[in-house]
This record gives sequence, C-alpha cells and structure tokens, in this order.
Amino acid sequence: MRVLLKALGVGLLLAGCGQGGSGESDSFPVKIKPEILDDGTGVLRKGNGAEPGTLDPHKAQGVPAANILRDIYEGLISEEPDGTIEPGGAESWEISEDRKTYTFKLREDAVWSNGEPVRAEDYAYGLRRTVDPATGSVYASILAPIENAEAIIAGDKAPDTLGVTAVDEFTLEIRLKAPTPYFLGLLTHSTTYPLYRPAVEEHGDQFTRPGNAVTNGAYLLKEWVVASEIVLEANPDYWDADNVGVGRVEYYPIENTSSELKRYQAGELDWTGSVPIPQLETVRTHIPDQLKTKPSLSNYYYGLNVTREPFQDSPQLRQALSMAIDREVIVEKITRGNEIPAYQWVPPVVSDYQGAKLAYADMPQEQRNARARELYAEAGYGEDNPLTVEIRYNTLEAHKKIASVIASMWQNVLGVDVELVNEEWKVFLQNVSERRVTEVFRAGWVGDYDDPYTFLELLHSDFGINGAGYSNPEYDALLNKASRMPGGEQRQSVLREAEAMLLADHPVIPVFFGTSKTLIKPYVKGYVGNPMSHYYSKDFRIEPADDSPAQ
Amino acid sequence: MLAYAVRRIAGVVPTLLILLTLAFVLIRSAPGGPFDAEKQLPPQIEANLQAKYHLDEPLYQQYARYVWDVLHFDFGPSFQYKDLTVTQLITDAFPVSLKLGAASLLFALLFGVPLGVLAALRQNSATDYGLMTLAMVGISIPNFVLAPLLILLLAVYNDWLPAGGLGGPSHFVIPVLALGTAMMAYVARLTRGSMIEVLRSDFIRTARAKGLTARRVLFVHALPAGLTPVVSFMGPATAGIITGSVVIETIFGIPGLGRFIVQGATNRDYTLVLGVVLFYGMLIILFNLLVDLVYAWLDPRVSY
Repeated sequence: MRVLLKALGVGLLLAGCGQGGSGESDSFPVKIKPEILDDGTGVLRKGNGAEPGTLDPHKAQGVPAANILRDIYEGLISEEPDGTIEPGGAESWEISEDRKTYTFKLREDAVWSNGEPVRAEDYAYGLRRTVDPATGSVYASILAPIENAEAIIAGDKAPDTLGVTAVDEFTLEIRLKAPTPYFLGLLTHSTTYPLYRPAVEEHGDQFTRPGNAVTNGAYLLKEWVVASEIVLEANPDYWDADNVGVGRVEYYPIENTSSELKRYQAGELDWTGSVPIPQLETVRTHIPDQLKTKPSLSNYYYGLNVTREPFQDSPQLRQALSMAIDREVIVEKITRGNEIPAYQWVPPVVSDYQGAKLAYADMPQEQRNARARELYAEAGYGEDNPLTVEIRYNTLEAHKKIASVIASMWQNVLGVDVELVNEEWKVFLQNVSERRVTEVFRAGWVGDYDDPYTFLELLHSDFGINGAGYSNPEYDALLNKASRMPGGEQRQSVLREAEAMLLADHPVIPVFFGTSKTLIKPYVKGYVGNPMSHYYSKDFRIEPADDSPAQ
Repeated sequence: MLAYAVRRIAGVVPTLLILLTLAFVLIRSAPGGPFDAEKQLPPQIEANLQAKYHLDEPLYQQYARYVWDVLHFDFGPSFQYKDLTVTQLITDAFPVSLKLGAASLLFALLFGVPLGVLAALRQNSATDYGLMTLAMVGISIPNFVLAPLLILLLAVYNDWLPAGGLGGPSHFVIPVLALGTAMMAYVARLTRGSMIEVLRSDFIRTARAKGLTARRVLFVHALPAGLTPVVSFMGPATAGIITGSVVIETIFGIPGLGRFIVQGATNRDYTLVLGVVLFYGMLIILFNLLVDLVYAWLDPRVSY
C-alpha cells in the first residue's frame, strides 16, 4: 500500500509539473514520427473532422466524406494540387460551338477495383442516379445545368431523359441546357463520379462498405470503423499507379479540434483538418512552418430578415448596421487566422472575376461610424428611441465571440440594444428558414464550385433557403440572364452588376472571407494549397529528411 | 429468489415500453428534422427521403411501426449514417464501450476498495486523512479536465502512451485512468464509510472474541457486509460506464456508444437515439436486478 501511495503521489506531482511547464519554450513539443511502409512509401495520417455520414458518392455531403471519396473514386475531371482542372477518368474532351455539348473521351486503361474497365455507361449511370429523386441525393441540384436535370429532380421526367449519352464504350456525351462556364469544375464533385452498377444493385445501401465497394480511384477502401478510422491503400491497378506517392492513407474522424492538435503533437497525425482558434497563436509561435492557411472559397456574414420589422423597408438601418461593424477588429482580434475583411459578397479567390464592392469599402472606420449614425437617425432611431434587435447564432464558441463583438460595436457606435440568442443547430436552421422570429442571424457559405454564381444564387428568390427573405426581381433577372451566357467579360459584368445591387440593398452584411487552416508535418511533401481545399492524397509524398529537426 | 427474479423480469417490458414512448415523443417534438440543412433539398427529393424512412406517415403509425420493428429486434436504418443500420452501429460500438467501461470499473474497484479498507482500518490517522483528501480531489476533478492533462503528460510531453484513437491495450490506459479515477475515489470513500460502521458492530466483536485472526475477521466477516453500499452504487454506475462516456469518447476519439446518443440527438437521427436509449434502458434494468440479487448473497438479512 505504501508503494502505491507513493506512486499516486508522484503521479500527481508529475501532473503538477506538466502544467507548470507550459509557457516555457519547450512547452509545445511536436513529434516528428513519419510512418514508412515496407515498400518505401509512406503513410499519410489525416485528421478528418466529422465521421462521414455515407461514402455513397452521390448521397455524400460535407468535407470529410468528399476528402475520402476523392481518393477512392475518380471522376471525368481531376485537379492539380493548386486546384487547376486536369484530365481524370476522361483523357480529353471537346466542347461544341454553342458550348452546350461536351464530348469526353475516356481513358481505356482505367479499371474498376474488380478488374472491369470503366465505361462511359458507368459515368452515365452515375449522373442519372444522382438526379433520380428515388436516390435521395442531397446535392442533386448541382447537376441542374445538364439538360432535363431539373425536371427529373422535380419528378416530372424519367431519369433516362437526362442529357447524357454513352456514345460508345469509351465516349460520353453530356448536353447542357445552357452554356455553363463552370461546368468542367462541377465535374470534380462526387455527384458526378461513376459507379459500378452491379455492386450497387447487389448490396443496396451497403455497397459502400469495405469488401462490397467497387471503386476506380487511386486508393482502395480497406477498413472502415465507424467513428474511429478509415484506411485506404494504394490501388496497384490504378492507371497512374506509378505516380501515387503515398502508400496508405488513414482518415481519423476527430471533431474535437484540441484533441486533434494533441494527437498531431504526439506524432499520431501528419495532417490536421483544422486548428483550434485559441491555440492559433501558440501554433504560429512554435511551428510556423507547419501551419498552412489559405483563403478558402467561403464567406461569413450576418443575414438580416427583410421580411419583417425592423429591417423591412429600412435600407438605411441595414446599411447603418453594416457600416458600424469594424471588420478589421474581428479579423485581427477574434478569428486571427488570416481571414480577409469582407466588403464584397463573392470571395476574392473566385477565379476570373473582379467583384463589386460596398460603397464604403475604402472609407476609414471613423468616417463609416459617423455615416452610420446619420443613417441610423434617418431610419428614425436615436438615443431616445434605440433599436432593439436580436442576433441569433448556432452553438459554437467562435460564433458567440463574433456575435458579442458585433453587438458591442452596434451598441457603442449607434446605441443599439442587442440581445444574443444562442440556438442548437437544427432549431437555428428551422428558425432561419421560417423567417418568423429571426431578425439578425449569423451565416456562412462555402462555394460548391469556383464561380461567382454559387454565392450570388444564394439570394435568388427561388433559392431553397433564403433566410434573409431577399426578393428582388431585377436581381433575379440579372442572375437568370447570366446563367444563359457563356463565360467571358460580358457575363462577368452582369454578375458584377447583380453583386453591386445586392450589396447596396444590404439584406446581408458580409463580415469576412474565411481561410482553411491546416497543420502539416514537414516530411509531408507536395502541399500547394487551393481555395476549395480539394486534396488528392496521391499527389503527396512522405519524405523523412535525415536532418529533420527534432522539435 | 427465482420467483423474485422472474417477477422483476416480467416488469421489464412495461418499463421499456414507457421509456420508448417517452423517448419517441421527446425526440419527435424537438424542432427540425433529420434532413434539415443549410442547403435545402429539392421538394421531390425530400419527399422521397421522407417516404423512404416513413416520415410521411402520421405519427401514431410511425410509432406503431417502430414498436413492431423493435419487437422483431429491428432498430431500423440510421438517418445520419446512411450506409448502416442502428443494430450494426450498436453491435460495433458496444464492445468498445464495454471494454473501456469494464477496465475502468476494474481499476476503480481494484484500487478503490483496498484504499477504502485501509483508511477505515487506520481511521483518523495521517494515512486516512491523506487518502480521503486525495479521494476528494479525485472526485472533484472532472474527467474533461483530467483527460487532457493526462494526454499532455503521458503522450505529448513524454512518449509513453498514445494520445487517442483505438488500437492495442496501450490505447486504453489514459482513457481508463480518466474515466476510472473519479469512480475509484468514490468507491474508496464509500468503502471507508461503511467499513468503519461495520467494524464497530457486534458481529465483528463476536468474531474477534471467538479468537479469529484479524485477516479472517476482515475478509470473511467485515468486507462482505461493508461492500453493500458499494454494490448498490455499482449497479447504475456499471450501466452508465459501459454504455460509454460522451466526454471521454470525444476527447480520445473512441468509437463507443456514448457519442451516438449525443450526435443522434443533435442530428435528429430518430432511430439511432431511440435504439441507444432502449439499449441503455435494458442495461440499467439488468444491472439493477443483478445488484438486488448480489445483495441477497452478500447480506444474509436480505431475502426475497
């Protein structure tokens, strides 16, 4: 018993030391422990956020599932590490004069994991399956540009009327309802991946399980332990197997970001899905080279419910609230991850687009505040008659902090009386979409493809969830016009006009543009980074340096 | 005693039915549904999903269907984990929770009981005070504080144990410490309290007077009587600990049952929540029954 007591005592003492040690220079150890396989290739161990709900490429939603699907399947189009489009399952393609017919020539050396060649019909089957309402694909509407897709999704036409034809075994034709400049980019989405039909028909919902899954990507699904790990191994029969750098990929679903960071420090992960905000400064101080931040295709904004008081018919008030937010402070003091203060609606990382800006984008904050007070008074509010408003946000520490800072800015600059309302996610979603009780609500959007349209359509009056309730026929008309135009300067200017209209109307207040934050061990080579955070594990290599610094 | 056991088991069915009904009503009255997301579904697709999971039927019909399925041991498909059924999820997760929970229980008992006995035997000595202070500390430190501290100490600053995940036995050490410490401390305090009382009672004096060795008095006469409060604590505690700890599972990334109930509730995964609640209910009832039976065995005064 005495021995035991001593052991206990020592344990507690040690625990005390461990705590006291933080704050010293060696207080942030990060172990450099690459795992190398017998064949010389390495293992890439990635923290992957939430457990994917499904690995059915056509039903999947969310980043974690997309990361894994990108490794085990291959679509017509693939991407280079910087996000540029490159041939994937299609070797080459031709686009017709009117830019409405795409003809893909498939590579003939691509095979399914059971040895069968990947045929044009497999791609056609995949596309039809996605738009078939019976499948229940959450992302089906992303295929709306394809001929008849919308009617099929609505249940008005049969799935086989989709504008997709397997011309011969290795030629696929896709017809669009209108020229869609971002169409090739859409083809990187998992809803367009081919599927091996016999496997789907044989196993039903469980065709995604290891052992059942028939895939065509650079990796094979070896193991899937729900909420624990998903293990992939390089596919020896992949057409480009010689250039696959990582031999095994392990995805760990870790939602708790501080747990993820500790496992990264302990040498159990080579890559984290994110970095906890409170630790961002520590990470930046101790391991700046391992922290990768990239502007992402996303915005963070405050929506104003324009279908009810106090924001209905009060553009001055909406603008006053927007002007009174000091976006620089939020980015520098709260989010601290190189986010970009937002004076536009469409993130600046969107390619080939120069967006419109808020009229006061270049004004100093003092001047904005002064103008905000004028507008506030014009809207009929003042010291004796202050605005009382609710900010609604879903449960997350970061949302709460941002909401309290914005509340105090409105309070200080305008004297607004703000109440913060925290809601659980599903309750929040329901309230936002019903628009009955919401006044101000926090929101964010991650683009589905690299085009301004994916952000602008959010406020189209026909769009599914339009929490702000913005409904402007002129705005809708501009978007409808743009969606019938081929790419180029003309379309850009129509979209810019729409964005300017949206910004001037202030149904939404852009706050900042997000960044992706990833920690990557120095021996993981090949990281370039791209705005969509689309990474293909095959593009990376594990190269332990002989002189790797012991951290 | 057999009759008693049979009577108790017969009572299980109505209890579970009430539990199931309450859980069904509660989860269905929560706002929002399983398919709500920022990106709204096209109406036809939503209708198809609703039909697939029978959410388009009147509520009473869904309830009847669910009860019927449960009677056939079918807990339905999960809404959130679309590729799996609730039965698959529970069968995969329960062994993990069971292993972790059993190890933590063993740890708590193996250390808690001897420490409690030791403190009782040396009542009011420095050992007693020292142990009980430590036990108080152990009870007071919540596991969400203890777990990260242990990870930092044993996995990050040193290289002794893994920081998380599931694998060999070494992966269990920190979670077991984090999960079992408070329980060990509680068991130690319970044991001490009841042992002090037992050691003062007449039958112990008699045993000593008969000239039995101190060892025999302690292990054969005092300990079984002294453990009754520990046993009654262990019943619900066992059910609680082997059905998983949300906190510990989240911190260590352990694929146990605990997380499913929380995630299921936040995602409105109706079938998953109901399945886990039902499973949990069955376990609690089972362990309470076991506890009552063990009582009768430990304490001759108790009879059914």
